[in-house]
Amino acid sequence: MAERGVRGGGSGGDSLDKSITLPPDEIFRNLENAKRFAIDIGGSLTKLAYYSTVQHKVAKVRSFDHPGKDTEQDHEPPYEISVQEEITARLHFIKFENSYMEACLDFIRDHLVNTETKVIQATGGGAYKFKDLIEEKLRLKVDKEDVMTCLIKGCNFVLKNIPHEAFMYQKDSDPEFRFQTNHPNIFPYLLVNIGSGVSIVKVETEDRFEWIGGSSIGGGTFWGLGALLTKTKKFDELLQLASKGRHANVDMLVQDVYGGAHQTLGLSGNLIASSFGKSATADREFSKEDMAKSLLHMISNDIGQLACLYAKLHGLDRVYFGGFFIRGHPVTMRTITYSINFFSKGEVQALFLRHEGYLGAIGAFLKGAEQDNPNQYSWGENYAGSSGLMSTSPELYPTQRARSGTFDLLEMDRLERPLVNLPLLLDPSSYVPDTVDLTDDALARQYWLTCFEEALDGVVKRAVASQPESTDAAERAEKFRQKYWSKLQTLRHQPFAYGTLTVRSLLDTREHCLNEFNFPDPYSKVKQKENGLALKCFQGVTRSLDSLEWEERQLALVKGLLAGNVFDWGAKAVSDVLESDPQFGFEEAKKKLQERPWLVDSYSKWLQRLKGPPHKCALIFADNSGVDVILGVFPFVRELLFRGTEVILACNSGPALNDVTYSESLIVAERIAAMDPIIHSALQEERLLLVQTGSSSPCLDLSRLDKGLAVLVRERSADLVVIEGMGRAIHTNYHALLCCESLKLAVVKNAWLAERLGGRLFSVIFKYEVPTK
Amino acid sequence: MSQKDQQKIKGIFPWFGLDIGGTLVKLVYFEPKDITAEEEKEEVESLKSIRKYLTSNVAYGSAGIRDVHLELKDLTLCGRKGNLHFIRFPTHDMPAFIQMGRDKNFSSLHTVFCATGGGAYKFEQDFLTIGDLQLRKLDELDCLIKGILYIDSVGFNGRSQCYYFENPADSEKCQKLPFDLKNLYPLLLVNIGSGVSILAVYSKDNYKRVTGTSLGGGTFFGLCCLLTGCTTFEEALEMASRGDSTKVDKLVRDIYGGDYERFGLPGWAVASSFGNMMSKEKREAVSKEDLARATLITITNNIGSIARMCALNENINQVVFVGNFLRVNTIAMRLLAYALDYWSKGQLKALFSEHEVSDLS
Repeated sequence: MAERGVRGGGSGGDSLDKSITLPPDEIFRNLENAKRFAIDIGGSLTKLAYYSTVQHKVAKVRSFDHPGKDTEQDHEPPYEISVQEEITARLHFIKFENSYMEACLDFIRDHLVNTETKVIQATGGGAYKFKDLIEEKLRLKVDKEDVMTCLIKGCNFVLKNIPHEAFMYQKDSDPEFRFQTNHPNIFPYLLVNIGSGVSIVKVETEDRFEWIGGSSIGGGTFWGLGALLTKTKKFDELLQLASKGRHANVDMLVQDVYGGAHQTLGLSGNLIASSFGKSATADREFSKEDMAKSLLHMISNDIGQLACLYAKLHGLDRVYFGGFFIRGHPVTMRTITYSINFFSKGEVQALFLRHEGYLGAIGAFLKGAEQDNPNQYSWGENYAGSSGLMSTSPELYPTQRARSGTFDLLEMDRLERPLVNLPLLLDPSSYVPDTVDLTDDALARQYWLTCFEEALDGVVKRAVASQPESTDAAERAEKFRQKYWSKLQTLRHQPFAYGTLTVRSLLDTREHCLNEFNFPDPYSKVKQKENGLALKCFQGVTRSLDSLEWEERQLALVKGLLAGNVFDWGAKAVSDVLESDPQFGFEEAKKKLQERPWLVDSYSKWLQRLKGPPHKCALIFADNSGVDVILGVFPFVRELLFRGTEVILACNSGPALNDVTYSESLIVAERIAAMDPIIHSALQEERLLLVQTGSSSPCLDLSRLDKGLAVLVRERSADLVVIEGMGRAIHTNYHALLCCESLKLAVVKNAWLAERLGGRLFSVIFKYEVPTK
Repeated sequence: MSQKDQQKIKGIFPWFGLDIGGTLVKLVYFEPKDITAEEEKEEVESLKSIRKYLTSNVAYGSAGIRDVHLELKDLTLCGRKGNLHFIRFPTHDMPAFIQMGRDKNFSSLHTVFCATGGGAYKFEQDFLTIGDLQLRKLDELDCLIKGILYIDSVGFNGRSQCYYFENPADSEKCQKLPFDLKNLYPLLLVNIGSGVSILAVYSKDNYKRVTGTSLGGGTFFGLCCLLTGCTTFEEALEMASRGDSTKVDKLVRDIYGGDYERFGLPGWAVASSFGNMMSKEKREAVSKEDLARATLITITNNIGSIARMCALNENINQVVFVGNFLRVNTIAMRLLAYALDYWSKGQLKALFSEHEVSDLS
């Protein structure tokens, strides 16, 4: 099963001839729309970068031109949906072995349709060597860029734009990878690039960096000296040898000098006193493996020591390592990490980068694309089009490793708007959106992977059903199935392939894969129908709320918010009930709710708070379309407005599942305003503001939100954040700390998760938190 | 050694100091020249034979050597006048040395033998069971500091103990000049034995170990043995003196065609030690001498670089290099002198001692 859907799985196995054995159109994607190329040619690997525009189908919603008729017919939808083409920008990065260079250049030339592109930015040691070939094949002028400048530009770019880019590596811990959440301020840091030599660069700002030192003992020393000592020619083979060797046979250890006494002296006997100290003899033979291992230790320790000395001198504690010596090899990451820990006594962190190999290409590309201002945008890793980290266990998945080592891809989508931190995070640098780290929690990982596998059929059906007029929907849906299935299999074996594995990343990957095959919004029609039905009930619901006493009403409002979360409205049984009598369905849902006290229940505290002065401004993150947003959120918003609290209602920029999108929320608000004077005047007077989150995820990452939202939150001095729904309040942000009051509420609709949290299906989470001053 | 200890053994010869390192054993022997007739008469036969054996030979066994040129003449030590001899032999000959002690009946002379270095611990039991000798183990770093200070105070047979190089990069203009350690402290002491220890010394009794590296003399010699098949340190150095490391190393100019101005790197700087050896053709084109030279340059530059960073971090600008790696190793000393001066833009001074290592207990 592991082979199923693996990219290029059916096309000719592992023959390593000079032709491309994998379907090239799956590698050099969107070449026909490509413009602007950059290339980074290293000693053995080439990284190609290009920019393309991708045509996407998107579902747009639009109010009918004749809105607000009082005599609406029962089955008239509240708005119309049209599928339109939208053009988005994408960055493609492809890594391949230098031996494929000619074949790759030929392929690019044959498929490059457009292009006013005249130059190709080139960097890396091999740029010179291949200059003529590139100019001849592509008819582009090669423009050489400084290696280190490119490297640092690339490094800044990935650190800023790719969540979980950097990680610590700990060999014997589970998981081996510890990903860092994006630090709001990446500067200053130390970049230690281990190519044939070592460069140590202090990076202070986007454009300011300084070479502060280096060492000649680097990857070239390992390779060159290793080749002399072991007669092994290839770098990777040398590393293989090293991973099997025992350095103590070659190195003089402290215990060799001190005998057994090191223990009483408090010395670690295994420390190396003198590298190669035991080989100072003519009468012994040493194994290749042992010498390679000794050499690896010698070089890694030396680099680690120098890195620590430089870090100390410049007062830095974050050191990123890159260069071909590292290239994701567990054995080098391990020895470097060990060395850094040893010499800094844990004060300096050795960090590695998932896309380390692409830094030069990214940087060269950015240099060439300066007039497009790529740095003004936020970019997101497209999980559907990226290969992810290689497995660290070559023995386990040799074929996968060979393949990913042959062609490795990274795609990044330009996000329409820049993303920033929510200004209300208590400590942006320690904020982790996700509640459970599935790389860490094997049980949860197995559960969720299986859960997503089992749900896949349903998603495929939904996708096909969403495009009844399309002739190839079934075919595309099948491709989607294969792609997502293979991603899930990759993640089973390499949970860390795309950073920390979380429910959020599984959901996001699914959305990316759906988009990839032009299923931009499978739920659009469901949402449309539900919104229409729920709108019809709005007045009835508010009337009955208004008839309640104040205290009773507060509870009813909260229950209303929760009720929207009870059912998966996509399920057929539920939609039937809804269709016949939505208000009845809503009441039924309330009955399903767990009786108080809830699983997490700080309602009394909340009620107490409501008796006090009104909040200045509430920021509410909405969840589902239909009943949830219309009968749950809007009445709640209405009450807040009534109390004198301004409301910022934030909805997703793009579609995800049946979540309400920003454009849908605009229409819904408009329709409600037509029925309700409170909402109407609040919209008019800008006491109720609708904004987009910048996200298209069913979860919520408060460190990557639309800049406009952040600005508004600041302007209005928001002092209450309401997050609802499982995706946003449980899978993510359950532990998020804010510097203002917050309300996290959800109904646990998953029996396994409910049990984990100590409750049962439909347990209620009502978490009202006030920051401790 | 404390005053009391000195009193105790005063007059009881022989006076030995032993530093048992990972590769070499350094033996310091004080030969009393003011022996009275009475003493001479009382001197037991075994003691006399040791004195005669040590002072009349310059080589012992297969690999023991007395460095005659280092001998310090007419010293006064603990009230006695005499000569200080410096002898060395490989650590792997230690069992033979202990056996000799047993054969020559050392244990009948006096029961305490002063020793330092890791081997003082490693061989303690052997000394006791085979030679019936009790070792007085002394802290290695204490000994090192005391030794340096002592040797500097007594000078080198009327000359200065400490020296530096002027114009170290220029073979014709290069000059070894005496250096007067008037303002001795603070100093960074870099002891290059099999491995390297780096100490920051603030006063006679105030010092700390800053760091160390496993890339030391043992690495140079060990790698040379593997790469060239040489069998002695001297042979390795001799080969290195005839080799050309630029055939082995990749220089900045090999990559950038000249200086890498962006980073202020001169073209002659080594970008990647052994970097040219990634290529099969170049591997086939180098000699053993080239490899030995490259190994020497690699290890020496690295020590210089670590020492320089430590000096910067500790805010010290005098760096004293000692240790057996530097024995008859002018190439390394001049390189250290040059590298320290160049990369620190003249801020740091590399100093050397005529006696690269001293263990005076």
